Amino acid sequence: MSDVLLPVAIAVPLVAATLPLALGLKYERAGWPVAAVATTALAGLAAAIGIEVARGGALSHALGTYEPPIGIELVADELSVAVLALVAAVSLATLAFARVAGPRGNSFYSGYLLLVGGLTGLVLTGDLFNMFVFLEIVGISTYALIAADRSGASAYASLKYLVVGTVGASLYLLGVGYAFLATGTLNMLDMQAQIVQQASYADPLIRASYALIVAGLGLKIAVFPIHAWQPDAYQRAPDAVTTVVAALVSTASAYALIRVSYTVFTVDFLAANDAITTGMLIVAGASILAGSALAAMQSDLKRMFAYSSVAQFGMIVAAIALANETALLGGIVHLVGHGLLKFGLFLGIGLLALGYGARKLDDLASAARSAPYTSGAVALLGLGLVGIPPSIGFLGKWYIGVGAVESSMAGGDPAGIGIAVVIFVSTLFTLSYVARVIERFYFAGVGLSDGHGDDHDESGHGDGGGHDDADRGVAADGGRESVTDDDGDGPLTPVEGAPRSRLVPDRVPPASLAILVLAALTTVALGFGGYALFEWFDPYLTEVFA
Amino acid sequence: MTGVALGAAADAASGFAAALASGTATASALDVLTTRHAYVAFALLLCIGLYMMIANQNLVKKIIGLNLFQTAIFLLFITSAYVEGGAIPIVPEGAAETGTFVSPLPHVIVLTAIVVGVSLTAVGLALCIRIYDEYGTLRTDVLRELLRDEGSLPERPAVGGADGGEADE
Repeated sequence: MSDVLLPVAIAVPLVAATLPLALGLKYERAGWPVAAVATTALAGLAAAIGIEVARGGALSHALGTYEPPIGIELVADELSVAVLALVAAVSLATLAFARVAGPRGNSFYSGYLLLVGGLTGLVLTGDLFNMFVFLEIVGISTYALIAADRSGASAYASLKYLVVGTVGASLYLLGVGYAFLATGTLNMLDMQAQIVQQASYADPLIRASYALIVAGLGLKIAVFPIHAWQPDAYQRAPDAVTTVVAALVSTASAYALIRVSYTVFTVDFLAANDAITTGMLIVAGASILAGSALAAMQSDLKRMFAYSSVAQFGMIVAAIALANETALLGGIVHLVGHGLLKFGLFLGIGLLALGYGARKLDDLASAARSAPYTSGAVALLGLGLVGIPPSIGFLGKWYIGVGAVESSMAGGDPAGIGIAVVIFVSTLFTLSYVARVIERFYFAGVGLSDGHGDDHDESGHGDGGGHDDADRGVAADGGRESVTDDDGDGPLTPVEGAPRSRLVPDRVPPASLAILVLAALTTVALGFGGYALFEWFDPYLTEVFA
Repeated sequence: MTGVALGAAADAASGFAAALASGTATASALDVLTTRHAYVAFALLLCIGLYMMIANQNLVKKIIGLNLFQTAIFLLFITSAYVEGGAIPIVPEGAAETGTFVSPLPHVIVLTAIVVGVSLTAVGLALCIRIYDEYGTLRTDVLRELLRDEGSLPERPAVGGADGGEADE
């Protein structure tokens, strides 16, 4: 009976998406409460699904009682539950920020719920064509949300994304069409069996199908040569939208790629088609290097972390193409971990922009003084992105790297070592741009005001790992009070009407700040839970690599 | 990309020729044109659509190109579902199940994909209207210039190019 949870989890946000518009006829501010209730319900359902899967293994539901090979199947296994949890948590957490940062209006919340419903469906579906439909629901609502602040620049960025994203989804559909021609089925598990029975892994139709699906989803994920839509879209979108889109949309497409590669085409297919996996590894390697290098060249914070996403998703694609157990585990952990890290980073940037009007790196001199908690959390998340050990960012990268080396050792294929080297180089690049941010936050502008006292204090802390950043924030907090008390022209000035709180000196909305700090601490906590993550994904990995 | 699509289309056509018209797999180019014209049209439409999206400067024409691209895919599904002498897959109660039936699945897929395509076109055109209201042009070259003046785009175009990127894959 518990399998009914799956369609309910998809239906709740989709049905709720109609309510803000309908209620908007009567109440002006109906959107936020509806979205809050729906995403809370989704979080509850996700937790319930997670418990069911933990207890009894994968859940499956036949929609409309049409049995799977013919009807549409919804499936929740360990992998989909992990991504579903990320979707539910991020969509709920972003709402607190959207309430203060806008965009306002009921239509925004309708689009938001549509996006959440699409993501939920994408994660839970077990049918290839159904996946296309959810991919497009996610796409359409993302295009609308990116342009939600009604500026011309965001409309242009959104249109660019629309054209590229639609080509991506269409290529995916074309790939599914080829596979359908070869096998006559659309159910993922059934197709896995039919590819062996009716075709073979060397069948040109099957190969073309996989190549088209990879190209299509690659466009949606934004890997290197076809990433050009992504930085503009992330930078031009309203802050709350960037937060949710950066954390979830590309993540869901990468999830789709993992699902299609390993559930439909299987490891044996990847092993039998070296040309395709080598091609994917080259693209992924280029993506990792180019993304990191471009990120290091940016001065706009949102753009910087947008390019960093290109690099991180390159790693995930590499993990998929390496096709060994360790690398795939790393890819999945990094998928979830990166989603969480980017959620926190874009939320932190959004909060600084909201409270202090600062968007460029140069505007943020000594941000740690006026906003110790916000900058502390951003620094902690940034170090997680670099891959400093007690953070989930480290775990994912580590497993991908180890998997890459393992695959080289086992097969004598030099590509694996190449990927490991590329990941290492990219880590240095990541360190270079994250270090610029941290340097701005903590050390820049110390000579400007009379802050020599904390100057010493902070450089002492600066060498430490990312672990004590929250404490560092507290330490800087004490020093700052005296600075603003006497002159008040600190390097970072809050915008007029910025929220003020009695507990913290940060002039940012307290609820969002609490979520930001929580997200930063979660990434560290998950880093400590490496073994638990391994245990959780073990049934899925055993099934895939059986 | 175009190369992949073309090659893949040829694969589909030849794969099908082998599967359906067993024995006549050694088809010349002329045979392909005359007997598999729907697949040829599919490949042509796909390429024309892709080319329009990349090469045309006008945003609305880019969207038309997008529509052509999607239409090509609909054509592939419809063509593949065609069965010589196939009947509608509705069997009245009590009637004997004889004869060949057409699989309804590809048609349903195309119907759904058409709906998706229409909504995408609507969103795209709405964005075009907003861009035109704001900047008074729909040409991407002029638009990029205006955005650069406004400071919304970086001075130098980013590596990879805005629209050229997808063609190189």
